Amino acid sequence: MRLLSTKATCNSHGQDSSYFLGWQEYEKNPYDEILNPKGIIQMGLAENQLSFDLLESWLAKNPDVSGFKRDGKSIFRELALFQDYHGLSSFKKALVDFMAEIRGNRVTFDPDHMVLTAGSTSANETLMFCLAEQGDAFLLPTPYYPGFDRDLKWRTGVEIVPIHCSSANNFKITEAALQQAYQEAEKLNLNVKGILVTNPSNPLGTTLSLEELNILVDFVNGHKNMHLISDEIYSGTVFNSPGFVSVMEVLNNRFSNRDQAIWDRVHVVYSLSKDLGLPGFRVGCIYSENDKVVAAATKMSSFGLVSSQTQYLLSTMLADKKFTKNYLVDNQKRLKRRQKMLVSGLMKTGMKCLESNAGLFCWVDMRHLLKSNTFEAEMELWKRIVYDVKLNISPGSSCHCSEPGWFRVCFANMSEETLKLAMKRFKSFVLSLSSDNGENKAYSKRNSLTKWVFRLSSNDHRHRDQEER
Amino acid sequence: MLSRKANKDSHGQDSSYFEGWQEYEKNPYHPIQNPLGIIQMGLAENQLSFDLLEYWLRRNSNTMALLKKDAVSAFRELALFQDYHGLPAFKDALVKFMTRMRGNKTKYSSDKLVLTAGATAANEILMFCLADPGHAFIVPTPYYPGFDRDLKWRTGVEIVPMHCSSSNGFRITREALEEAYELGQELNLKIKGVLVTNPSNPLGTTMTKTELIHLLDFAIDKNIHIVSDEIYSATVFDSSSSPTTTSFISIMEAVKERNNNNIRERVHMVYSLSKDLGVPGFRVGMIYSNNEIVVAAATKMSSFALVSSQTQFLLSNLLSDAKFTEKYMEENQRRLKRRREMLVRGLRNAGIGCLRSNAGLFCWVDMRHLLKSDSFEAEKELWKRILCEVGLNISAGSSCHCSQPGWFRICFANISEDTLQLAMQRMKAFTNSIVFSSANNHTIYNM
Repeated sequence: MRLLSTKATCNSHGQDSSYFLGWQEYEKNPYDEILNPKGIIQMGLAENQLSFDLLESWLAKNPDVSGFKRDGKSIFRELALFQDYHGLSSFKKALVDFMAEIRGNRVTFDPDHMVLTAGSTSANETLMFCLAEQGDAFLLPTPYYPGFDRDLKWRTGVEIVPIHCSSANNFKITEAALQQAYQEAEKLNLNVKGILVTNPSNPLGTTLSLEELNILVDFVNGHKNMHLISDEIYSGTVFNSPGFVSVMEVLNNRFSNRDQAIWDRVHVVYSLSKDLGLPGFRVGCIYSENDKVVAAATKMSSFGLVSSQTQYLLSTMLADKKFTKNYLVDNQKRLKRRQKMLVSGLMKTGMKCLESNAGLFCWVDMRHLLKSNTFEAEMELWKRIVYDVKLNISPGSSCHCSEPGWFRVCFANMSEETLKLAMKRFKSFVLSLSSDNGENKAYSKRNSLTKWVFRLSSNDHRHRDQEER
Repeated sequence: MLSRKANKDSHGQDSSYFEGWQEYEKNPYHPIQNPLGIIQMGLAENQLSFDLLEYWLRRNSNTMALLKKDAVSAFRELALFQDYHGLPAFKDALVKFMTRMRGNKTKYSSDKLVLTAGATAANEILMFCLADPGHAFIVPTPYYPGFDRDLKWRTGVEIVPMHCSSSNGFRITREALEEAYELGQELNLKIKGVLVTNPSNPLGTTMTKTELIHLLDFAIDKNIHIVSDEIYSATVFDSSSSPTTTSFISIMEAVKERNNNNIRERVHMVYSLSKDLGVPGFRVGMIYSNNEIVVAAATKMSSFALVSSQTQFLLSNLLSDAKFTEKYMEENQRRLKRRREMLVRGLRNAGIGCLRSNAGLFCWVDMRHLLKSDSFEAEKELWKRILCEVGLNISAGSSCHCSQPGWFRICFANISEDTLQLAMQRMKAFTNSIVFSSANNHTIYNM
């Protein structure tokens, strides 16, 4: 009899090994403007570090809130004891209002249909436990966030079947691709319980079009017992047209009768990790009109409740409508500016990005830099960028992209100066390539090559891996 | 349309437990607004020492404002900190705190610690790491009703109860362990380990050295795991001189003395700040294990239940104040002891005895003599009377899977002294009335 469980000893926490390598290298040699100017710049972390000053100034103006005080009185005792899995009602109210605001108040949410969870990592896993059995499958459009392999599959036993999206139509979801994925699942004898999309998309940085949303809703509506999960954690990072349309809006417009079955089968996931830049506070939620899902997910949230201290702090912050309004506008302006900086910087080196209007990253086309149209060539290019150019970016294969040569490059987790430096490094790199005339001089750095190959084949368990989206 | 897990009621919430809650919520006692309402004695919370924590907070207001010792803001750093290895300063403070609190008999180290959002998450994660669906853990009865959900619901792991009896003070015996193991075999379940709560909920007792030896012998013999949920470890109040000389022996101490590397790798501890510090809302739990692979897997699984960095920061500062925590532990234990004595005296006055206890936030109360018959139906009836007529919400032994009817868990640390006194008065009035009516009705009760 084996000592530990299968889950503890398998590798299906899904953490991709190449992804790790980049992290490891960065940790060994992190860029610092003063202390380590030649170090690796971290561009693989989808964090929003652009608007902390706005949060800090709010906190400075509201010192009582962190001091466990409400109207001058200490509520420490109340908060210390509060472990009700229904969540702090003032927080849920403030959160649904915030979500509505992000959606231009075109949709409203009912706090009683919201379940709080310790981050959207927990929300997504909980939804899997509620909607699917071990061995069932969910369809996900590629490319997708690498963490889903762990979050959706590991402890739940649920499978992911990819919906292959192609650069030919800017990675949009098509009905044909959807059908194909469904048939693929059938061939594999998997019972498809639903579709999970990230809108806005990670890693694409684009919002789903109305057309795509309708395709998804129609598909789910047309299949009995199929669900649609819309992970909308980047909804507050939309900084350009065509603007964000939530799946809830589509439902509102198309299905005015709330008794229609579709209402029970669409669920939204949200979090404050990207919009507010607070991943450390572990605030996520599930929103569903399906009472049974809400009831089951609420009980399951016992395994990942949000700290009452944090619920209280954020309930007052989000209830400050003046603050949230300004924050959302300012934050979007800053993100837009940064994205422009990255896009134009890359353009100068001959690299194009997928046209994006959201997110904390760009989806960059480096196919023309590949030695061959293969994932091996993509890996090789990636390693060069990590080791030689000293930029940690995410290769498309780690996001299950079906075409080699695409990379996700983040822009909101560093200073402007650092971003500019990164652009300079890219430029030198691309210039060096063209001066090579196809004879890759980088190959002369054989030491590094062997190092990489050796590392990939050894299974180093002591890497410091981190949460990442 | 939904999963079986979502549809089943096997999140295990016992219906009488629920009912009691519901009744209480409908008619909660309040000294002024509702003096005839139901007094909540079914909640194992420690509300006795908040003033001490509030005192510390007032003197360390910078910590709440997320300012470091040099008054520099840690906000940005904390806002971004989602590393599942946990805030190093917090883990350091925790292991030092645990080492001190357990009398410096075992040194705990940060790299064996995994932080989780409460012990609820910790226990479930350990099940995911140690057992596959269909495997089982032996759990001595009576046990915390929440285990039916925490250990079984999403993991598919089964619980095989190990029946403890009042005849020997509900102590764990080698025979009972073997019997449970055989039961597991009969049910075709692979037993992966034993899970104990030490100090026990609902008994309020610490495991003796003998019990720990039996447990270790058994686990070595059967080549299985031991999970020791020690969330009540700092509520032990039988110390004569200091909090560090109590009769509490941690599983980590016991296994150290064994000097057997194999069993060392199969012993895991769960802890939390919910009971000792009385902060269940902050969701701070942890797994401690000597097994590297378990620590590695549990660390990754903790992604689904990380502790808020804001909370990690606050508590790391509080716990590193050694002077404060020592004083806190001492005073907290003193208050718990006093409260427990109040409850025991009050019950004795009403002709009711308790299991002799030295820890916890509750007493395990013997009301067998008040049952109409030696059955769980009679226990339920008595429970209902106590809830509706006496106006006390207490926990029936059957909800803790006790194999003998007539035992109840009564909490003493979640209400004020006055409320406790009132509860005791109500109890006395109740038992008097039973004696009175038995005198009239010739019904025989064993007193």
